[in-house]
Amino acid sequence: MLDFSLTHAWLIPLFPALAFAVISFLLRRLPRLAAAVAIAAMGAGFAIAIGVAGAVITRGITVENPFLQRVTWFEMPGLHIDMGVLIDPTSAMMLFMVSLVALVVEIYSLGYMHGDPGFARFFSYLSLFGASMLGLVIATNFVQMFVFWELVGLCSYLLIGWYFFRISAREAAKKAFITCRVGDFGLLLGILSLQLMFGTVDFQAIAAKIPGYIQAGGAGALTVAALLVFAGPIGKSGQFPLHVWLPDAMEGPTPVSALIHAATMVVAGVYLVARAFILFSSLPLAMQVVAWVGGFTALFAASIAITQREIKRILAYSTVSQLGYMMLALGVGSLTASMYHLLTHAFFKALMFLAAGSVMHALHDKADIFAMGGLRRKMPVTFAAMGIGVLAIAGIPPFAGFFSKDEILAAAAHVSTPLYILATATAFLTAFYMARMFFVAFFGEPADPHDHPHESGPAMLIALIVLGALSIVGGIIPYMLGFGEWVRFGPAHHESIDPMIAGVSTALAVLAIALAWLIYGARKVSAEDLADRFGLLYKLSFHKYYLDEFYLWFNRTFVDGLGKILYWIDINIVDGVFVDGAADITGRLGAFLRFAQTGQLQHYALVFFAATVVIALALVFAGPGGAAILSGGMLGGVRL
Amino acid sequence: MNASLVNSFANIIHAATAIGLYHFLILGALLFGLGLYGLLTKRNAIAVLMCIELMLNAVNINLIAFSRFVAPAGLAGQVFAVFIITVAAAEIAVGLALVFAIVRDRLTSSLDDLDWLKW
Repeated sequence: MLDFSLTHAWLIPLFPALAFAVISFLLRRLPRLAAAVAIAAMGAGFAIAIGVAGAVITRGITVENPFLQRVTWFEMPGLHIDMGVLIDPTSAMMLFMVSLVALVVEIYSLGYMHGDPGFARFFSYLSLFGASMLGLVIATNFVQMFVFWELVGLCSYLLIGWYFFRISAREAAKKAFITCRVGDFGLLLGILSLQLMFGTVDFQAIAAKIPGYIQAGGAGALTVAALLVFAGPIGKSGQFPLHVWLPDAMEGPTPVSALIHAATMVVAGVYLVARAFILFSSLPLAMQVVAWVGGFTALFAASIAITQREIKRILAYSTVSQLGYMMLALGVGSLTASMYHLLTHAFFKALMFLAAGSVMHALHDKADIFAMGGLRRKMPVTFAAMGIGVLAIAGIPPFAGFFSKDEILAAAAHVSTPLYILATATAFLTAFYMARMFFVAFFGEPADPHDHPHESGPAMLIALIVLGALSIVGGIIPYMLGFGEWVRFGPAHHESIDPMIAGVSTALAVLAIALAWLIYGARKVSAEDLADRFGLLYKLSFHKYYLDEFYLWFNRTFVDGLGKILYWIDINIVDGVFVDGAADITGRLGAFLRFAQTGQLQHYALVFFAATVVIALALVFAGPGGAAILSGGMLGGVRL
Repeated sequence: MNASLVNSFANIIHAATAIGLYHFLILGALLFGLGLYGLLTKRNAIAVLMCIELMLNAVNINLIAFSRFVAPAGLAGQVFAVFIITVAAAEIAVGLALVFAIVRDRLTSSLDDLDWLKW
């Protein structure tokens, strides 16, 4: 059974892909059946993913000894592209996580999307997304990964724009797609330069060639290629400065936010860096860039999240921040910590999004947390789920986030003190804004007494309970099982918890939660006063550092300006001089040459005869070369 | 007069009087030239058509001469000539019909007046 799963791992993305095709072409008008097909397909994929994980553990598949299947996709001289399956502990973990979260979210969607006119279509998109993401995970080379990378981007676009009748949703979908394209352009250039340098895009083959290439003095060029590749993750994983699309992506339905924009697609960038980790880890400068981009993004997004009012927006900035954390972990060289946090984050952030969706479902799409309040009595399960999520992300032991966050902090502390301080400050802010959201939305009295929220239906509660359980044990179980011995880069090492680092971060988290309770729970300190006192900082944070405005201004001024210049050149030079000019010259020449046409047949006959004479003379006297030229027309295509 | 002189003189006479390939080719060329001259210079459309017939027949003479003297085993030249005669008959019928139509319409068969093809 385990061996079957391993050798048939390609079925995992295939099932949802088939579900997508079946639903799209046959079941558009049968929503219940469509949902059943989608969930069954994802369930089958999940079952195989469990088998793969079991096989990895029992069959001794390690990072050094992965399981590989490849078939040639296309080939031409100097270029060979495979499609294949690469199973090592990292991808097995990802397969497990992605198929599990996708399955849970699809079950949740049964309740959340109930009554939506596009119910079947929604499940077809989710299936397509699942197939693309799972295909991305098992990619054996950069090109295969890029193809699926773009496919998940497409699904993201389709699902963000789900409520396409809202202008904001359409705009958000376009923004997400275009912003990611900026990064993807760099990624494509990076892949091309790797192909030029190594003559292959296969992860394994490149890994084998990199040490020699650096020995031969190629570190500079390789750093450029690595940074170009890193542009892709910056876009897809919402790193500064291309993070702007992720908060807007919350225009999509909440299950989509949970699945695509929290648990899976946005971590594709982190996963790409992990997959190509040999490339980054051999280049100190590239590692520095990854670490600092990640660290800065983490703090930057956290500082925005503390003043936002919409529940999903807070979660979105939190996602950006946590993705920064994962990048930071990679940048300080700990693939283990990054993947660990990726796993636990997928559980607790998906949980929080689904809980937020449950709240918004009950309050008829109300999103402002200050318009909620007092939900804990009306929605106990949602309340418990959100509570678990908050404790997990804040890093309170023994919840999932504690273990992975501790690994990241320990890894950062080993490498660089500034990065460690950055990460710890982020941890403090994270605990604070999450507790703020939690206290404001669930405690106190209802802001609007006319609201009558009720607990969500069974499908949504099942999803919350499953993810809630995983958010509790999803950290400690991998810790007990020695996560770091499987998912790793380089030699195995089992990080034990450093009491110093764990103590500081836990104390800070507790402090932050207590502070949030003082301000938003007990209301001992007025939030408005604080906002007034830190007026400038508050404004900067609330307006997201005016980055969107800056991009808009930049676009309007420079991009549109360049467009205007190019438009002028197009109209006046390209069209004016070349196109119209050519037509004008032809016209004038024709007007002149028409006088050669007398209409007298005998004149034409004379010219005809004279030409024949000239050709005949040339054939006789001009030698072979001239004859060839002159007789070319006469002899047609005959070669002389 | 010695015998050899008489002999060579007889050869010249013979060459000048015996009918061979070149005679036919020269005849053909003369006919073709006449026809071409007429084609390019005659004002009357009917005369031009007659000149075209002349040129076609010059070609026929050439074909038959070549067939007879160069490749006497085959009949390709003769067959060609028969075809050309057939086509020429059809062509002259169409040509005359056109000319009649034009004459009825324009009351002229002078090619100088028939320049409506120009711009």
